[in-house]
Parts: sequence; C-alpha cells; structure tokens
Amino acid sequence: MPDTESKIRINHEHKAVIEEGLNFVLSPYDEYAVEEALRLRETKGGQVTAVSVGAEEAIVILKKCLAMGADEAILVKDNEPETYDSLRMSKIIAQTVKKKIPEFDLLLFGKQSVGADNAQVPTMVAEFLDLPQVNVVTKLEIEGSKGTAYREIEGALEKVEFTLPAVISAQKGLNEPRYETLKGIMAAKKKEIPVVFLNDLDLGEEELKPQLEIVKMEGPPPREAGKIIEGEPAEAAKKIVELLRNEAKVI
Amino acid sequence: MILVYIEVREGKVKKSSLEALSEGGRRAKDLNTEVNAVFVGHNMESLASEVFPYGASRIYLLENSLFSHYSAESYAQALVSLIEEIKPSVLFFTASAMGKDLAPRVTARLGVSLASDCTSTAVRNGKLEVTRPIFAGKALATLIFKSIPQIATLRPNVFPLAEPISEQGEIIKKEVVLAEDKIKGKAVEVIREEGTELDVTEAEIVVSGGRGMKGPENYNLLRELTAILPHSAMGASRSAVDAGWIDHQHQVGQTGKTVSPNLYLAFGISGAIQHLAGMSSSKCIVAVNKDPEAPIFKVADYGIVADLFQVIPHLKEELKKVLKE
Repeated sequence: MPDTESKIRINHEHKAVIEEGLNFVLSPYDEYAVEEALRLRETKGGQVTAVSVGAEEAIVILKKCLAMGADEAILVKDNEPETYDSLRMSKIIAQTVKKKIPEFDLLLFGKQSVGADNAQVPTMVAEFLDLPQVNVVTKLEIEGSKGTAYREIEGALEKVEFTLPAVISAQKGLNEPRYETLKGIMAAKKKEIPVVFLNDLDLGEEELKPQLEIVKMEGPPPREAGKIIEGEPAEAAKKIVELLRNEAKVI
Repeated sequence: MILVYIEVREGKVKKSSLEALSEGGRRAKDLNTEVNAVFVGHNMESLASEVFPYGASRIYLLENSLFSHYSAESYAQALVSLIEEIKPSVLFFTASAMGKDLAPRVTARLGVSLASDCTSTAVRNGKLEVTRPIFAGKALATLIFKSIPQIATLRPNVFPLAEPISEQGEIIKKEVVLAEDKIKGKAVEVIREEGTELDVTEAEIVVSGGRGMKGPENYNLLRELTAILPHSAMGASRSAVDAGWIDHQHQVGQTGKTVSPNLYLAFGISGAIQHLAGMSSSKCIVAVNKDPEAPIFKVADYGIVADLFQVIPHLKEELKKVLKE
C-alpha cells in the first residue's frame, strides 16, 4: 500500500489511482498481524509464513516480513491492476493456503488494506476455507486448540471465543510491532522467496474475473476554507456558537 | 425487491440500519419495487414495529435462540437461505462493526462481490450504482455490479432517515435450523467501559484533540464538551494516540476511523493529510489552533486562531447557554 502521507492522484481516463511516485510500504495493520504471529511463535512454537499477492514490487514487503522474523515467504504473482474486488483476492489467497500451506493454525491479516479500504478479505477467506473469523482484534489469547479474541465494536469490545484453525484480522492496539534488526535484514536478503503463479492455483478464468466494475474515479469534492472568527477568546467563542446554531444549524 | 439487514445490538435496533432501510426505500422507488427488512435473532417481534415506519413492506424475522450470541457463520447461513428463497436484487447492510463482519461472509457464500462503506447510491439503467471512498476519502470510486444480488454496506451517519409513515406491513417469521456444534466462533460478551460515550463513527458531533492538547490530562476538557453536546463523541489525531494520551479507538484518520458527523470540532489538530482524509466529509468543521498556517484551516468552515486552552472554557459556557434554551 502507499504510505499514509501520500497524496493520491487520479487518472480519470483509466479510472485508476496513479501509482507512479507512490511509496509502497507494508500496511500498518499487516505489521500488527506479522508481529502477533511472531509473538505466538515465540510463546507457542510453530512457524510463520508471510504471503503476499501482487506484482514483483510485493517482494519488498515480503523481505520486510522476513527481516522482522518470518520463517518463510511466498509471493503469489498477480499482475492485474487493482480491481477493488475482494472476492477475487480472497479466492486467490484461500486457494494458495489450500495448495501451499495446508497445515496451519491461524491466518492473520490486517483488518483492512489502506487503499481499497474494503475490510472484506479476511472474512471471505474464512468463508472459503470454512473457518471462524474474528475481525478488528485488539487482544488475542490462544490456549491449545481454542482462542479468545477481543474485537472493537462501536464504543465497546466484543469478546469472541473460537476454535482453531481460525482467521484473525489485526487492529491498532493489538501489539507494538518490532523493528527489523540488521541481522534480520541481512538474513532476509539471502532468503529465496518462492513464486506461485495464478495458473498453479487451479482457479478458472471465470472465477478470477472481477464482479465489480469501476465506472468513475474522482477526487473528493473540494472543501473551501471558511471564515476565520476574529476577536478575544470570549468573543470568538460566543460568535462561533451563534454561527453553529443560526448559520450552520448543527447544534 | 430490495432487502435490508436490520442490526440489533443489546436489544436495540441500530439507527444506522434504519438509515440503510431509508436509502433502500428510495432506491426501491427508482426500481419500481418494494423494500423489505430482515432481522436475525431471537424474540424480535416487538422491534419490528420500530422498523415499519421507515418503509419496509415486509419484515422477515429469522429466529433461533442461538442467535442471541452473534456469530458471522450462523447469521450468514440464515441470511443466505432467505436470499436464495426470496431473491432480492439489492441487499444493504449498515457498515457498522457487525455489518462489516457479516456482509463479506454472506457475499462470499453467495459467490458475489461486495461494495463496502458506500456514501451514495443511485439507480442507472435499472442497475444499482454506488460511490465509496477509497484511500480513506482521498479518492472516490463509483462502482456497478456484474452479479446479482448487488450487495453494499452503507456508511453510518451519511444517509438521511425517511419521513416515518404509519403503515404496518407483514411480519414473516422463520425458524432457522442450526447445528450448534458447527458454529466455530461466537461472541460471548460485550464489554463496555463504564460511562463510555458513543463511538466516533456514530456520533453526530465529534470533539477531537491533537498534539495541541499537550498531554493526556487535558482530554478532560474535551470530555466536558462531549458531556454538554448531545450525541457527541471524543476523537483524536494519530499523533495524540501514538503519544499514548488517548486510546486508539478514538483515532480519526487514515489509520483510524473515518467519520462524517454533522459537526467536527478540531482542537489543536494541525491537519495532516492522513487526518483530513478521515474527517473532511464532515458536514461542518470548526478548527481551533494557535498556528494560522495550520492546514486544518483550509478545510474548516469556521476557524479560531487562538490558544485552545483559552477558548474552551468560554465555548463551554456559551454552549451551555444556547443548549439550555
């Protein structure tokens, strides 16, 4: 994903975001997911595999996961431009897991991408693999073949109990992701990242066709700078409350 | 037919579900069809009467005592069997925590795509067209669906409620058969902090503080404002959250929550691009900041260039006066 300081420019003719000049990084939510996986490995044992679906550039993201401490990484090569269609992405991920990582206890995701902002993939993958899901998780406990997760809902936390294997999507607050060490970075450089092609996944062409079509892409409606209220704090406060009540009519 | 899922939390119908139902009614009119509503739960008859005024012709109650524990798996199973039976052309959910958790499960089971967190809908050539923010509102994508049903979640606080009507429609109750041992994950408890206010995504007014708040203790000033303002919640910028001054569930912006309240009050927030992305769809924005060059003033409807600590006490007094009237 492009880092959050990026300005987004749009190619109106192609109905797409211009990717040139954007700085692609591991999404912050994905960082929480990787960190949680590493912590679980440290306390419970096991192995951490990082998977990314995308073009060659995704290698950088996977190297970062390896440098943080993941045992191995897999790149699923997909050269399609962003379709904003999570169904397609979820089928690819579910099928990759089935074929390449059949033995697993937990699939961890970021709670959403920072871009498409769909927040759909973890749940769809859970459905395709017939697994329970807990999304937007800020606390996770695993005990044997059972887990308890706390997920953010409106103004509260929802406590969810589930059996493993399961799908978890990470929210800010779950943990504090570690920085890569120099040693980790050096080791990651040497590690080979196997590439899986869509052809290897036995997904029909029909199945991979996006079912959403973008008909328009535009910038947000511009907001004009409004009035600056002058005067001493007491006077300004009085004026603004009056404007909010009588002009904007919002209080 | 348009179908709208009505969410119930702690025995109450979610207002944002009624917003989705209202929008469903408007699109049903365009499509020359009717809008129906569906509940999943247990003992919901009494809630149906709260929903008919917003235009539902029929209300389906999908019942099982196991539904008192929310589980995306069992809820999706119930919804999908109803969808396969009554074949709606459009299905709306509210983009609440539950809606975002449940809708993808339903669409994946049906093998169709989903448009998340839409901020407008329309009908063109007999098909649904939806617009949704991407990159937290830095861009807007308008989408059409290539499969039926056309399923979308609608952002809370964006769609107006319909004018209530007095007609009562038909209630159709269905007992759902569930295998308890097949449900692998379920909610067992909702943990709410004592005195927790509304969530920022649901509030009509958001009172937000940034780095200019100078420290965690000063958030009490904002809390005092939310106590005065009805339907308000407290927000924060990323820098305030990262500094540990306030919990991340209050964070507004690209890695926090996207909000569109009627009024957004920004205190000591400079207006970093990732923050603006999360709040610039607010209907009215007020910024209080010492720095006249702060980018927040570029999006604010009203700005006060001053020390927030001097402004807030006066603001409190003035608001109390006006709101008492």
